[in-house]
Amino acid sequence: METAIKRTALNDVHRKLKAKLVEFVGWEMPVEFSGLVDEHVNVRTRAGLFDVSHMGEIFVSGPDAIRFLQKVLSNNPAKLKHWQIQYTGLMTDKGTFVDDMLCHRFNDDSFFLCVNASNKDKDFDWMKDRSAGFNCSVEDRSPQYSQIAIQGPLSESILRAYTNVDLSKIRYYWFTEGEVLGEKAVISRTGYTGEDGFEIYVRWDAGGPMFERLLEDNVGCGLKPAGLGARDTLRLEAGMHLYGNDIDDTTTVLEAGLEWIVSWDKGPFDGRDVLAAQKERGLSRKLVGFEMVDRGIARHGYPIAKDGKTVGSVTSGTHSPWFKKAIGLGYVPLDLTPDGTELDVLIREKPCRARVVPTPFYKRSK
Amino acid sequence: MTYPADFRYTKDHEWIKVEGGVGTIGLTDHAQHELGDIVLVDLPKVGTSLAAQQTLGTVESVKAVSEIFSPVSGEVTEVNEAVGSAPEKVNQDPHGDGWLLKLRLANPAEVDGLMNADQYTDYIQQKAG
Repeated sequence: METAIKRTALNDVHRKLKAKLVEFVGWEMPVEFSGLVDEHVNVRTRAGLFDVSHMGEIFVSGPDAIRFLQKVLSNNPAKLKHWQIQYTGLMTDKGTFVDDMLCHRFNDDSFFLCVNASNKDKDFDWMKDRSAGFNCSVEDRSPQYSQIAIQGPLSESILRAYTNVDLSKIRYYWFTEGEVLGEKAVISRTGYTGEDGFEIYVRWDAGGPMFERLLEDNVGCGLKPAGLGARDTLRLEAGMHLYGNDIDDTTTVLEAGLEWIVSWDKGPFDGRDVLAAQKERGLSRKLVGFEMVDRGIARHGYPIAKDGKTVGSVTSGTHSPWFKKAIGLGYVPLDLTPDGTELDVLIREKPCRARVVPTPFYKRSK
Repeated sequence: MTYPADFRYTKDHEWIKVEGGVGTIGLTDHAQHELGDIVLVDLPKVGTSLAAQQTLGTVESVKAVSEIFSPVSGEVTEVNEAVGSAPEKVNQDPHGDGWLLKLRLANPAEVDGLMNADQYTDYIQQKAG
């Protein structure tokens, strides 16, 4: 069955800006505006504006909300203060990912999860099924929200003029409610670029005018629209995982190097037994960062080899616009994970040398 | 962007300009625009024999890899080394300094089977429409 392509409320604005539009997980999204490298560098040095309205918003509320989320998520939402955010995984019984997401805590019994567009329906069904017996509601409110991300060192100084909220009081991975351009908004200090910045959730129809106004007013101080292309290279430099590439329902949270989002001390949760056994036994493979030594660009799906034998594959790979060299992530056997280990990436069957390096590749100066 | 009248064009968005039995080959402006920021170009060595439609190399943007196909058959006589060290030249001047290689034509009649500038312009407009 063919389903109609979905469009965000900002689609007309993207067309007006002559963005290059592509289909991404059923959505027509801007992949580039002025050019990927230009947008990427602009986010690192000034600020970029992204339409990320395809992302899903799932609300969980009720007296059992915490207990329920503790069961289905790897991290522990009980550790969050009101208006605090944590990165977490929705776990299968095998300790692999149904999805990865940000968990926002409003108050004692009300939470909101920002989830991947590609997984939104699956996440919602998954949680709805498992919430039976818990006194809490699970609601998909994605169609109600446009989401705009402003990312880069100038984000706070640009956004300040449009909100009644004191942005300087919002710390990294905290959020608040307030107004942006007179519209009720959820404003969080989060992002997927490795830069400082904010993600703004507003009513669906308010997204287009807000995006346009922020751009029009701030072209002079360096704000530019940025597309999914730059979002992907920015997140990879920042060592952030992409669901469907670096993590999925075949990779455990431990193999992905994300033990820091596993809360062992909160009691039972989905996948815990498998993860505990895997930790006890020791991992057989793990996700590492690498940079290419030979000329060539590693891409998703290319085999990784050692001494002529295929040992893993590239999950994400690109030419880094910031470092101007080829970087990537991939799963390799545990003995090949130490920094400096030499590997080969097979680029169109040709072995090209690569070296394991620490991630994140890019860390902003605070 | 206007497409030079003395070039011929392929459906895969290469151009060729023939002078005295030697063809200069490059990517069209449309191709470089579709690819986005080009960061790596892999070209064959001088002396390589190529058949028409054969892969002559690859061009990589930040996002993706694309193959380049030889518009005609012949032997490589010169490779644009400047593009190897500065691939962005293909974006900046695709019909000029961003040329890729020169080929001594094995069968000059093959060029007649390619599109002229008007046909190519119609072709990309149809694809866009």
